[in-house]
Formats: sequence, structure tokens, C-alpha cells
Amino acid sequence: MRYIDHHAHMVSRTTDDYAAMALTGCVALTEPAFWAGWDRSTADGFEDYFKQLTEFEPKRAAQYRVQHYTWIGMNPKESDDREISVEVLRRIPKYLERPTVLGIGEIGMNRVTRNEIATYTEQVELATQLRQLVLIHTPHLEDKHKGTRVTIDVLRRYPDLAPGRVIVDHAEEHTIEQILEHGYWAGLTLYPQTKVSAQRAVDMIEKYGPDRILVAGACDWGPSEPLAVPKFIAEMRRRHHPEDLIHRVVFENPVRFLSQSPKFTLPAGLEDVVGARLG
Amino acid sequence: MSLQPPRPSPMTPTQLVDEYFIENRNRVIEVAAFLDRLDRADATAADRDFRMQALAEALTILASGSPNRVREIQMLLSDPTSEPLPALDRKGAVGAYDRSNAGVR
Repeated sequence: MRYIDHHAHMVSRTTDDYAAMALTGCVALTEPAFWAGWDRSTADGFEDYFKQLTEFEPKRAAQYRVQHYTWIGMNPKESDDREISVEVLRRIPKYLERPTVLGIGEIGMNRVTRNEIATYTEQVELATQLRQLVLIHTPHLEDKHKGTRVTIDVLRRYPDLAPGRVIVDHAEEHTIEQILEHGYWAGLTLYPQTKVSAQRAVDMIEKYGPDRILVAGACDWGPSEPLAVPKFIAEMRRRHHPEDLIHRVVFENPVRFLSQSPKFTLPAGLEDVVGARLG
Repeated sequence: MSLQPPRPSPMTPTQLVDEYFIENRNRVIEVAAFLDRLDRADATAADRDFRMQALAEALTILASGSPNRVREIQMLLSDPTSEPLPALDRKGAVGAYDRSNAGVR
């Protein structure tokens, strides 16, 4: 089954992972800018990373017929450093103009500090001004509920940013309702240990239905799974869900959300697959 | 925005047990083995560590008849405060909130 992984940190992965994703049906993925596991020391370091995301990775993915898109932003893990954040934000707009950049992300909270909120708020404001899609990271573990609440509180201060143009990612059982109730898209990221398992993701699809829910692997430099989405597909089948529902979650939903950016196009030959269904 | 009402699982209770019993049996035994291992190291350690205190409370929720066990355990492990941290204290989360520091129960 064809799928789109809306959250994959491919700069941390090998070309073998691109090959495996392609072999299991991945036709496109989107890569949010994030933390490298250590803090960059200069804004120039961020620019080098943004260039890697927009120049090198699309070419690497294309070798396996996978379309690569990206999101540019100051990530939550480094956003407490206000001095470097202000400088990075000043440089972001020129990257938003690049042809594979779909919007601002991933932005949000890590430990929910005052500085993180300031950097996040400035990026929400930037997205509103520049009419960008937004991909939001919510914190992990004990910080997730509080961080999600603050995330949404800030978003609601910007009514010109339509909720349907925002995905709040890393949702779990205790945050998904507030995300969906406010009209945002909810992302379920499938991690071996710290986020959501494929089984729990299927539970949430069963509880809340498929509307405005995306599923991704969020593979990165830590313990993570580039084939998380096909494993989710297998779990949906194991749970006796029909193929059209699975296709909707792993392909049509990401197309519906990502197509709000005019830069996102389906791979050649697939336009008709979803065109009629999405209307 | 209203949410869709929860849907029942497409599988029958018997089908769910047939399909998922073995792996969940294993998960419970893994937790038991972890607790035994901790006891072998120091039987009083669990009483002093806020993470283990939270885990013990989570196990009582697990054994309850609540239909929302996952959400209740997630909330038990979550930071219940609403004020932002004045400054970054550490880079990552640890998995449970130390309620004794905040006077929160």
C-alpha cells in the first residue's frame, strides 16, 4: 500500500532506510527541522542544516523515487537560547521560499520554559504573517500534557492562522482530544519506547475516527523505526480494518493536509488515485 | 468542534483475547521481573524514587475497572502545573513528574 510519512528526520538515516521505505510503499515524506542531539553553536550552523534539508536530502530521496519535502524552523530543544533563536528566525523567511519547503516546523515546547514559549510564539506569528502551514512538536513524557495546553493557548491568540493548516504532532491519548476539538490536525508518531505504539495508534483511530489524523514514524538519530508506517498498516489489517480506511489514514489524509501548500504535488501517476476521493 | 463518538473495535472480545493475550501476558511478566530485579538491588528503593512511586500508582489504575486506563495513567505521570519554567533545568523529560517538589498530589 502506498503511504506518505509526514515526519521523518532522514538526515539521521542511511540510504538503506530510503530504500526500505520505498520498497514498503513510501512515495513521499516530509522532514521537519529538528535537534541533532547536541546544540548547534551558531546561526550559521542552522543555515547549513537548512541547506542540507532543502538541497541535499531531496536528491538523496529521489534516487529511490521518494519525494522529499521539508519544514524550516527553530526546533524546541534549542529554542530556549533566545539569542541564537532570534538570529535563526531572522534567517528563516528566505528558506521558506525554497521549492520543497512546505511551512514552518517543527516548532513548539520542550520543557515549557518562558524562553521556549517566546520563540514558539514568534514563529507562530511568522507563520501567520507569511501564510505558512505549521508543524508543531509537543513535548515528551511528563511534559506533553502541559506543553500541548500551552501550545494551543498560543495558537488561539492568532485567529488568522486557520486551525486546519496546523498539525500538532506527537499526540497521545491524553492530548488528542484537545487537539482535534480545536480543529487542528493530530499527528501520531510511532516510536519503540517514548511515544505511541502501532497498537495504540490503531486504538485512537478506532476511538476518534480517521478525520484529521496523520500517522508517521518520526525516525531520527535515536531508537526509532523508519518503517513504522507500514507496521501501522499491518496492525490495522491485524485489527480487521478495511483497506480503504487504511488508505485514507496513510495516504489520503496526508495528501489532504499537505496539499494546502501549493508546493506539494503527488508523484506522477498518483493524482487520479486520490483526486476523485478528495473532491 | 465536536468529535465523532467512539467506535467499537471491529473485533469481538474473543478475537481480541486470542490475538493479543500472549504479548500482553509477556508485558505483565516483564513489569514483574523489573520490580523483582529492583528488589534484589534494594527493596526500599522503590519507596524513595518518585518514578517508582508513580509506577506503583499506575499499577493500581491498571488493575481498576476504569474504561480510560491509558488516559488516567498518562495524566498520573504528567506535570499537573500550568506555569512555565522560569529557566531551562534540563534538556529532556524523565517519564514522571516529581509531585513532592511541587506540593502536588
